[in-house]
Amino acid sequence: MPFEKVVTRRFDNLEAHKIDTYVATGGYASLRKALDTTPEAVHNEVKAASVLGRGGAGFPAGVKWGFCPPGVWPRYLVVNGDESEPGTYKDRQLLERDPHQVIEGCLLACYAVGLTQCFLYIRGEMAHAQERVAAALNEAYEAGYVGKNILGTDFSVDIVLHWGAGAYIVGEETALIESLEGNRGMPRLKPPFFPAAVGLYGQPTIVNNVETLANLPWIVEHGAEAYTAMGAENSKGTRVFAVSGHVNNPGVFEVEFGTTTFRDIIEGSDYAGGVRDGKKLKAFIPGGASAPWFFEEHLDLPLEKTAVDQAGSMLGSGAIVVMDQDTDMVKACHNLVRFFARESCGKCTPCREGTTWLERILSRIIAGHGRPSDLSLLTEVCENISPGIAWPPKQTTICPLGPSAVSPIASSIERFRNEFEDYITLSDRRVIPVGAA
Amino acid sequence: MPRLSESNLRIAHEIISRYPRAKSALIPLLHLSQEQDGYVADDAMKHLAELLDLTPAEVLGTCSFYEMFKREPVGDYRINICHGIACHLLGADDLIHHAEESLGVRQGTVTGDGISIEGVECIAACTEAPCLQVNYRYMNKVDNAGFDALVDGIRDGSVSVPKHGTLALTRQSISEDKAAGNSMVESNDPPAWWPEPAAAEGGN
Ligand SMILES: Cc1cc2nc3c(=O)[nH]c(=O)nc-3n(C[C@H](O)[C@H](O)[C@H](O)COP(=O)(O)O)c2cc1C
Ligand code: SF4
Ligand code: FES
Repeated sequence: MPFEKVVTRRFDNLEAHKIDTYVATGGYASLRKALDTTPEAVHNEVKAASVLGRGGAGFPAGVKWGFCPPGVWPRYLVVNGDESEPGTYKDRQLLERDPHQVIEGCLLACYAVGLTQCFLYIRGEMAHAQERVAAALNEAYEAGYVGKNILGTDFSVDIVLHWGAGAYIVGEETALIESLEGNRGMPRLKPPFFPAAVGLYGQPTIVNNVETLANLPWIVEHGAEAYTAMGAENSKGTRVFAVSGHVNNPGVFEVEFGTTTFRDIIEGSDYAGGVRDGKKLKAFIPGGASAPWFFEEHLDLPLEKTAVDQAGSMLGSGAIVVMDQDTDMVKACHNLVRFFARESCGKCTPCREGTTWLERILSRIIAGHGRPSDLSLLTEVCENISPGIAWPPKQTTICPLGPSAVSPIASSIERFRNEFEDYITLSDRRVIPVGAA
Repeated sequence: MPRLSESNLRIAHEIISRYPRAKSALIPLLHLSQEQDGYVADDAMKHLAELLDLTPAEVLGTCSFYEMFKREPVGDYRINICHGIACHLLGADDLIHHAEESLGVRQGTVTGDGISIEGVECIAACTEAPCLQVNYRYMNKVDNAGFDALVDGIRDGSVSVPKHGTLALTRQSISEDKAAGNSMVESNDPPAWWPEPAAAEGGN
């Protein structure tokens, strides 16, 4: 089926970040179109397009927007640009290369849902993205697309650029809100489950990912029908995936959602071009560091939400990381677990203590001090963080970060147990290279 | 000069005015003091507490949570080498090892001329692995020779990056006549463009 690029459609144009180029290529036309209709009509269009959230959880945006309690004002929009899940590289590109598209997406969401102030939260480490967005916002204010009485109508909204200061957990939406309130970025206890009910300053708040919002101008311009003509039953439109690791041509690719397969995107010559140096595939992560791993037998699965969920993993944040036959799986596993241990916010015991212990045990295995009981100890600690070690994970924690650390361990021990055992049994004969642990 | 200077104070007030509640400006203001001094000094935190009507302990509480804020002088050039999974697979550990050898410092310590290295988590450039940031400016697909050239460039001034503390060189500014204004929690008014309740039935 033919498909049209949606969110990356201006990526070939290196001037697209400037307002003149953006407007000359159809930018802000969707805003004008929306302002000629009712908020409800725009909301219905987005609902009909069934845009799945691109931040990780894949919840339909139009449905989430409907969770704001009626009659409670003001409502806020918080844009999640904290992109830090290992392997994920798309929001930064959208912000740097086509910032006005994200801004227009924010405006459409605000108009449709009655959100009167928007905070665009960008990860602290992304200096260039902050510059591009600041410049774009200054232009857009100047041209009357943002601010008071937008394009001469009674639609008024400020978009405030805000940036973080280095903490992965702030990507979790309630932690994002805490951070935006000037606090330590720790997730809030649930319920309430959705900030749409109780969010920023206790008010109804929509949190959406950058890519989710970047889809909106296209949808309003072309209509939900054109959008849903692309993609599969439960995964409409297009989606951006970053393919990294041991491939010939690592890159960020927008593909038709739900119909393209992992084999297409990993091996296809238009995409990542196959495993490097003619080697064989050993494993790949289908959706960011939190996702259970996939293997050769999963290559023909489509990049489609339901199919991937049923196969026991997730598309998550659109990050595919490829590992070749020579990859040391114990080290790869340790690398991912170390990430979660470092980034745990410390609010709940199973995550704070559990991820730390998992990292230490893996560290000692790699350093050659592993004990025969370590594999069952790893499993036991995992059980305490995520009872049953199942997918989707059960959690004893406030947010899914803790259980995410279980995914790489469960995947690697199940499939590559022998590699762990080799480390342990050969431990005292092993030569340990400097810096290996 | 750990309190904010006159000109930075003006910027601080502008930032504070964009939020319905002043405390929301705390992280941006911590960045501003780090930009001024290269780190966040105790006196700077006290000053921010005064500005935002917080206690210094509240400011420290927030400041200490976030990796990017340094509460001691740290040198002008921080090289953050990514050791996230994609970079790990493509040799990040070797690159970090080489960097330590060639600079003669361990991760987290600073050379005499103000350069430091640190292994950091994924910096969202995974297709460009192995990669790094110098004061949060990207360098993609870095090999050992590339790393050495970078350090030479920093030393002889041919690589120009703002000193540690400065992030974005462009700031947002909202002029008063263009601003929609803050949505105050206390207001409870529906948006001006929102249809009358009867017309909105079936909507939200
Ligand atoms: C530990 C953790 C980290 C997350 N990091 C991000 C992130 O960096 N960016 C993002 O958009 N969503 C992230 N999410 C998901 C958000 O909580 C939230 O679901 C999302 O921003 C909602 O937007 P969407 O519906 O448009 O996807 C994270 C979730 C968790 C539990
Ligand atoms: S699971 Fe971990 S990161 Fe999430 S709230 Fe608990 S301690 Fe914090
Ligand atoms: S893993 Fe290094 S940039 Fe993502």
